[in-house]
Amino acid sequence: MNPILVFEQLLNGAGYGLMLFLIAAGLTLVFGIMDVMNLSHGSLFMVGAYVAATVHVQSGSFAVAVLVAVAATVAVAALLEVTLMRRLYGRDHLAQVLATFGVILVADDAVKMVWGPSPVMAPTPAWLSGPVELFAGLPYPSYRLVVLGAGVLVAGLLYLLVNHSRLGMLVRAGASDRWMAELMGVRVQRVFCGIFVLGASLAALAGALMGPLMAVQVGMGESILIPALVVIVIGGIGSVRGAFVAALLVGLVDTIGRAFLPLLLRATLPPAVAADLGPLCAEVAMYALMAAVLSFRPAGLFSAKA
Amino acid sequence: MSAASLTPSSPPQRPATPRWRGALLPLALLAALAVFPLVASALGLDFYIGFVRRVLVVALAAASLNFIMGFGGMVALGHAGFMGVGAYAVVVLSDAGATSAWVVWGAAMVLAALAAALVGAISLRTQGVYFIMITLAFAQMLYFVFVSLRSYGGDDGYTLPLRPVLGLGLDAMHEPTLYWVVLALVALVLWWLDRATASRFGAALAGIRDNATRMRALGYPVYLLQLAAFTLAGAVAGLAGALLATGNSFVSPAMMHWTQSATLIVMVVIGGLGRRWGGPLGAAVWLALEEALKLHTDYWHLPLGLLLIATALYAPKGLAALADLRARSAR
Repeated sequence: MNPILVFEQLLNGAGYGLMLFLIAAGLTLVFGIMDVMNLSHGSLFMVGAYVAATVHVQSGSFAVAVLVAVAATVAVAALLEVTLMRRLYGRDHLAQVLATFGVILVADDAVKMVWGPSPVMAPTPAWLSGPVELFAGLPYPSYRLVVLGAGVLVAGLLYLLVNHSRLGMLVRAGASDRWMAELMGVRVQRVFCGIFVLGASLAALAGALMGPLMAVQVGMGESILIPALVVIVIGGIGSVRGAFVAALLVGLVDTIGRAFLPLLLRATLPPAVAADLGPLCAEVAMYALMAAVLSFRPAGLFSAKA
Repeated sequence: MSAASLTPSSPPQRPATPRWRGALLPLALLAALAVFPLVASALGLDFYIGFVRRVLVVALAAASLNFIMGFGGMVALGHAGFMGVGAYAVVVLSDAGATSAWVVWGAAMVLAALAAALVGAISLRTQGVYFIMITLAFAQMLYFVFVSLRSYGGDDGYTLPLRPVLGLGLDAMHEPTLYWVVLALVALVLWWLDRATASRFGAALAGIRDNATRMRALGYPVYLLQLAAFTLAGAVAGLAGALLATGNSFVSPAMMHWTQSATLIVMVVIGGLGRRWGGPLGAAVWLALEEALKLHTDYWHLPLGLLLIATALYAPKGLAALADLRARSAR
């Protein structure tokens, strides 16, 4: 197999993995600290993507679009926190699943009302539309490279924030033992509101960056939610480090499943069978990974609550 | 996170009433449902015969989910997958030349039970949210298996050329006849599920839901009991899927998408988790609302979403529990 092609696909996988991490980080922090199962996290991703696409077309500036998308989503998230999420702390997971599934339904219809039912165009910024010659024989889309860079940068900042700041200390304390943290005087509730908004801004950033690479349409929040949930479950709920490792793992496994398994099948099996099995492998690889990990480590790879 | 936070508290003890009085309401309901096709065709509302048949079938699936989720404490986010196995069993067997509905439906139950046993055997090693997610993973794998079956339509689904034959002088193509057969089957299985809940098996299951460690210490084979319940629920979901496929004469992978599994959970919780009539009640309310809203607006998700949020906030024990409260205050 061509090593350049393999390298290119691995870069694609890492890029997808980093975007998944941006979404999963907010999800796992909220779940780990406040024990709130927030299915509507994907809707925040969708809002970010829609706002970014619209502002980009209107203003012509991609940077402005990303900033406005993050700001708008943070406002929506703050509203959601104050009106709904606050009432769900301490409730059982089913009530949370029910309410946030309700938010998904409301968000999808609200977006459909504002932007219409058909997908929205999210253009690639003009100055990033060309390829970059990474090394001889590998031209790589420069936009994908920027997304990759942004993902690494944000992941690094988040790592510093969680592991080497006072806020991060409070976050980790709340995640590993909320009750004890409260006894020690941490205002977990207030930390949580900050974490919820931070998670929303990460989801919005991912939405704004992913927009040009995928279809900006109603329901995109649900289709990204499942991989993000898979990531936090493989990583171990509440663990940012686990989410990072798992996101890269899922990104790579997904890419390998899509790019290489069909090739392998075509080389070894009769064409008709391979044509049926190829797409199946592509879609199933991620879930097979999760099932395999959970059957050996039922609480994920880096469980915060060992 | 603890398993306890996912499980409902036990419903309050019912005051002792003679057994025949407990059966009165279900029997009246059964009678009303039995005459419904006659009334509907007299009023020219034949369309609703098919609708009510669909509600009955979904109610069956919701009841089987309530059995493991409400009474067994296993929140499975993949129940639509087993419905899909049952539905596709009808398609594959019919395509292979099997014509008898009873054979096809029976096979659908067996296959769905096998799938549930396999999924349950692995999933039951985990707990809580991990259990939710691993059941989701298996359902998604099943979903993509059927998407990739291009000989059965793949993504687009598959239309059955003929409904399976009922025999006994019954014509499955006659809408009311199929309705009555479905009603009889659904009533029978619901009654049987209710008996299972009240049996020693059901009591052990509820004990595991409330405190698995204690039940294990008492010598109950916790894992096997849960697996048996999960397999049973899978078989019933498979039957529901097979009945749905037979009635609609159409099957597509969309019926086993994860949002369908989530909707089943939503139905159970709205109706009343761990309540006797929770599953069927929730299914009926949800489908009726969906149908009514679709008639009036394109944006029917939004009011349903608001209803869900309101239910989660103000009636977390479901509609069946509200009815209980009313009954008690009236007494």
